[in-house]
Amino acid sequence: MPKISPSDITPEHAYLSRRSFMAGMGALLVSSVALSACGGQDPTPGPAPATMPPSPSANTDELGQRLTSYEAVSNYNNFYEFSLRKEDVARLARDFKTSPWTVEVAGLVHNPKTFGLEDLLAFTQEERVYRLRCVEAWSMVIPWLGFPLARLLKEVEPMTKARYVRFETLYDPEQMPGQKSPFYGWPYVEGLRLDEAMHELTILATGLYGSPLLPQNGAPVRLVVPWKYGFKSIKSIVRIELVEEMPVSLWMASAPREYGFFANVNPEVSHPRWSQATERLIGEGKRIRTTLFNGYGEQVAHLYEGMDLSQWY
Amino acid sequence: MVLISWLKRSWLQALAHATGLLPLAWLIWDHLHGAFIVDPVREITTRTGRTALVLLVLSLACTPIHTLLGLKSVLRVRRGLGLYAFLYVALHFLTFAGLDYRFQWDLLGPAIFDQLYVLPGFAAGLILLVLAITSARGWQKRLGRNWKRLHRLVYLAGILAIVHFLWLVKDTGEPLRYGAIVALLLILRVPRVREAVSNVRR
Repeated sequence: MPKISPSDITPEHAYLSRRSFMAGMGALLVSSVALSACGGQDPTPGPAPATMPPSPSANTDELGQRLTSYEAVSNYNNFYEFSLRKEDVARLARDFKTSPWTVEVAGLVHNPKTFGLEDLLAFTQEERVYRLRCVEAWSMVIPWLGFPLARLLKEVEPMTKARYVRFETLYDPEQMPGQKSPFYGWPYVEGLRLDEAMHELTILATGLYGSPLLPQNGAPVRLVVPWKYGFKSIKSIVRIELVEEMPVSLWMASAPREYGFFANVNPEVSHPRWSQATERLIGEGKRIRTTLFNGYGEQVAHLYEGMDLSQWY
Repeated sequence: MVLISWLKRSWLQALAHATGLLPLAWLIWDHLHGAFIVDPVREITTRTGRTALVLLVLSLACTPIHTLLGLKSVLRVRRGLGLYAFLYVALHFLTFAGLDYRFQWDLLGPAIFDQLYVLPGFAAGLILLVLAITSARGWQKRLGRNWKRLHRLVYLAGILAIVHFLWLVKDTGEPLRYGAIVALLLILRVPRVREAVSNVRR
């Protein structure tokens, strides 16, 4: 099975540290380099929308799918801690306090450690243009900034007993009014098998479109697992725990028949109430066919060899 | 002057027309003013669907209001509200088939028949289509006693619409509230309940 290298996702020339992104250095140069590396693209970058912050290094993902606009990415959010309405999250999350912030990494590790946001930003930040496929059958293409989760996990040295990683969002009903709803078992919890967590494609994101994450996108730090449905990519993380048993996520607890642990994007395995065969690409006004593992099959299919994906949904 | 005297006589009809047409005007207004920035297809789909349900509920409320409160005039807007409900159901379906699926038949077939949440909505829509066609007086005469039987299918359409709503959301609060209203409106039609309630009123 070929191992994925980061250069398969974002051209190596585009690897810039967060700081140089923020400085907006040579944004145009970078995008033309990135585009020519994609091949077959028009090398002239189009005019950037007025609302776009510092330019990302590419205008498309590796399949040629255009980036979703910054405006859409920051105004269409599933973040039930703030609101069930996607369009309301940005407003309600505006004053969310993301500093100071710490992420406690604990559990079955030799070297438990609490990371401040500045410690997380000290990991070399790189851009990853990923497709995000929501379980509700819509999708976006987002240029994230972040670093592989594997690097953080290596620092804390998981014990051999550790088989899963459990993530937890901040619990603060005063700031997150949605957490007052008794219908869900707050705080939000998600989990990955250790090999999924260590996979090169799995990142902790601290920014998107070259800027720090906005609260509605899961500031200050969130998970991004591009081959799984969006709800796996837990936001505003405060705790990461290495565990032996498969963690029970919030969605598994509230609707076990509908949401499983793996939640891999799969057009063949329908949600019990709707089909996952197609998706609406936000901002493009068109519906496209969904692909197995959200198009990342070459890199991740081996993780699930021999597993019945309709049983392990 | 003619308008004012018409309004005095038929204010309830005027209200029913306004209830039926204003949501559409509002939707068009919002669209023209760029209110649906991110996902207009979803916005138009949910708004036409929700409006259809509200109008269907209002039309289902007419008979109980008449029998329980003795307000006869509500019966004159019952059909109109039902037809407006069908108008929004038709817009809802056209948005789904045309704007969302762009009439791509290879995708649309599975989208309708392989999705559990779509089926009850689709069935409710077919019922309302038949009821809308047969709502004309000619059909009423032609069908005689069967007309009433046929149009009792609207109860089923109401239930199917609620199931459709319940099955498409992650958070069931809103559909359950509508479901409670529909359940109440159906229970009030049960002869025994109807008699008991109207006895209390007297």
